[in-house]
Amino acid sequence: MRLEYTERQKKFRAEVREWMTANVPKQALSSFDTQEGFEQHRAWEAKLHEGRWSAVTWPKELGGRSCDLIDWLIFEEEYWRAGAPLRVNQNGVFLLAPTLMEYGTDEQKARFLPRMAAGADIWAQGWSEPGAGSDMAAIRTKAILTSDSQGDHYVINGQKTWSTRAVYADWCFGLFRTDPDSSRHHGLTFILLPLNLPGISIRPIKQLNGLPGFAEIFFDNVRVPVANRLGAEGQGWNVAMATAGFERGLMLRSPARFQKTAQNLVALYQRHREHADRDPSIRDAVLKSWMDAEAYALSTYQTASRLVRGGHIGPEASTNKIFWSELDLLMHETAMRILGARGELMPEAPEAAESAPWLDGFLFAQAGPIYAGSNEIQRNIIAERMLGLPRA
Amino acid sequence: MDFTFTEDQLSLSDAIHKFLMVEAAPELLREIWETESGRSAEMRAKLADQGLTALSVPEAYGGMGLGDLDWVLIQQELGYYAIPDSLTATAYLAVYLSKALPEDSKLKAHWLPKIADGSARVAVGHPINPFVADAANASLLLLWHADELHALRPEEATLTLNASIDSSRRLYRVQWTPSDKTRVCGAEQGRELWQGVINRAGVAISAQLLGLAQRMLDLGTDYAAQRKQFGKPIGSFQAVKHHLADVAVKIEFARPVVQRAAQSLATGHPRAGLHVSHARLVAGEAARLAARKSIQVHGAMGYTWEADLQMFMKRAWALDATWGDAIFHKARIADFVLAEGAALGPAETFTH
Repeated sequence: MRLEYTERQKKFRAEVREWMTANVPKQALSSFDTQEGFEQHRAWEAKLHEGRWSAVTWPKELGGRSCDLIDWLIFEEEYWRAGAPLRVNQNGVFLLAPTLMEYGTDEQKARFLPRMAAGADIWAQGWSEPGAGSDMAAIRTKAILTSDSQGDHYVINGQKTWSTRAVYADWCFGLFRTDPDSSRHHGLTFILLPLNLPGISIRPIKQLNGLPGFAEIFFDNVRVPVANRLGAEGQGWNVAMATAGFERGLMLRSPARFQKTAQNLVALYQRHREHADRDPSIRDAVLKSWMDAEAYALSTYQTASRLVRGGHIGPEASTNKIFWSELDLLMHETAMRILGARGELMPEAPEAAESAPWLDGFLFAQAGPIYAGSNEIQRNIIAERMLGLPRA
Repeated sequence: MDFTFTEDQLSLSDAIHKFLMVEAAPELLREIWETESGRSAEMRAKLADQGLTALSVPEAYGGMGLGDLDWVLIQQELGYYAIPDSLTATAYLAVYLSKALPEDSKLKAHWLPKIADGSARVAVGHPINPFVADAANASLLLLWHADELHALRPEEATLTLNASIDSSRRLYRVQWTPSDKTRVCGAEQGRELWQGVINRAGVAISAQLLGLAQRMLDLGTDYAAQRKQFGKPIGSFQAVKHHLADVAVKIEFARPVVQRAAQSLATGHPRAGLHVSHARLVAGEAARLAARKSIQVHGAMGYTWEADLQMFMKRAWALDATWGDAIFHKARIADFVLAEGAALGPAETFTH
């Protein structure tokens, strides 16, 4: 055990810090759930790419830096420390890319990954359907293999919903039923498709903050070339589980983000301490927030160290999702308690400068225990796969 | 940056785990409760055979010369099996105090070899605890007085037993008179030494609490898998599953905090005290939740003397308040986090 950075790691941190200091926008970007903000965030992805910072864990030849997970943690710490924008291409860079690298053909990697790294293609997710939420194996949207003069195509009919970023994104990845006679997790196939194909219509869904952060996608005889299939036909469930594993695991929510929020919460508390201390439970929640954010960082460093040495992520990854989503709620609920009657102000209100980021985070924190596999599903996974309790 | 243990460290703790599985069955622990001292010479001899009494005694004094990081995994095992022995006070805390004394110290030359071979028991007393555990059964008392370190025989003090809800614990009020004869080390060096003791006791207790939490989780899981109601194991019901899953989450995120605190002691990190208090708070939280959830899953059985759960619950409740209760440890966290210019936020986790 050695809990100190090597000289090389320190140099790497200094390099990231220098670049972020010079390049992070001084003024916050508009929300990426607006057309204007989406393009601002796309431009930021391109800027990151210019500095080769958009996908540091990827191989060098694909635009990355071949960083290991410890370097990745250092990068993330500097990224959040600098107050850099949210990653509009998170679905692509952190969720799809690791799956593409594992299951994609060389041709697919060359076709998709460099454009993803450059922000040229922003990706949306296409998992859930009206009848398939927590029960993802209930997917019904069909993709039927058809041969004609234009070659082999899947013809897709059906509907996806809760598709994050789909309103403005360029591409979508998801699971489709290619064997119409199959059921549950059999007969599903992982397909990548551009969202501007004929037959696709997108209906934005407004989120709590009034912005269309996700959408319904309707498919009406949409033709997708068979070359857009990721992995073998009928193997989509396994391919998707790899993606879900990455999602729950390390990369979806790096600890630095929560450490930054905890730090901001301590500062907020200090500014309002005289009032806040009239309720001693607030001080307690502030201290707990800092401790839990540190614990999450330590846990991630420990897992990363194990993976760097060739270990694997097991079902304990499900504990991550529960821990960070509950921590995020605790921190934002505590901030709202401190802000009191100023908390409700919308961002455009003239006196909302201090409170608006907390309200925004508070609303987003409500989603944490729901998306990427609800916390109830995560608890089932922990109980059944980690503790070995019998299935219902 | 490498947050992993060596193969040697892991295989030692694995060997101890397997050894205690056989040698420290709950039925045996119950037998030991019934003795006056609450301690078993046979068990002590077996622990010594495994090298545990010699673990951090320097090689020159007949020990293995290992350190804080080696102890932390062993302490998790001692917690998991609720070992009723003064091993931690003797072989970890007293050894730490003795090692710091000058080479010509009689105490050091006399006691370190006896600790290493398992023949001596040492009780350590500091006013952070109202009582001294195992004082009557000790060959030597190491006591705090005005930041000084004093050494005396139990016969030189008046000991009054205070019974604990944990049937394995033997707590004593110790009345004694400090003198030049008993003083081993002055206040100037002693102040730092006693901080070191509080921090090492803190890591040991945190690690034991982790082990206890894991044991209570395992007992609850086993019970839920076997006990049937409505024609099914109760562990197949989500309400029961989720109780136990919550405990697993707490343990997962307490473990790295505890292990980092051990490493901070091993390397003399200037924020070691902060790291230890963080470890104490999260390990205590994990153990208390494990107790609460496991008794709930056990139903009425969990409230009985007969079910083994009680010995781990009571140990956890008792240990959690010794060598600094949650009030003490939270105050140390607050002193750091709420100080002006505190190093908080991303990129500060491992800074000095």
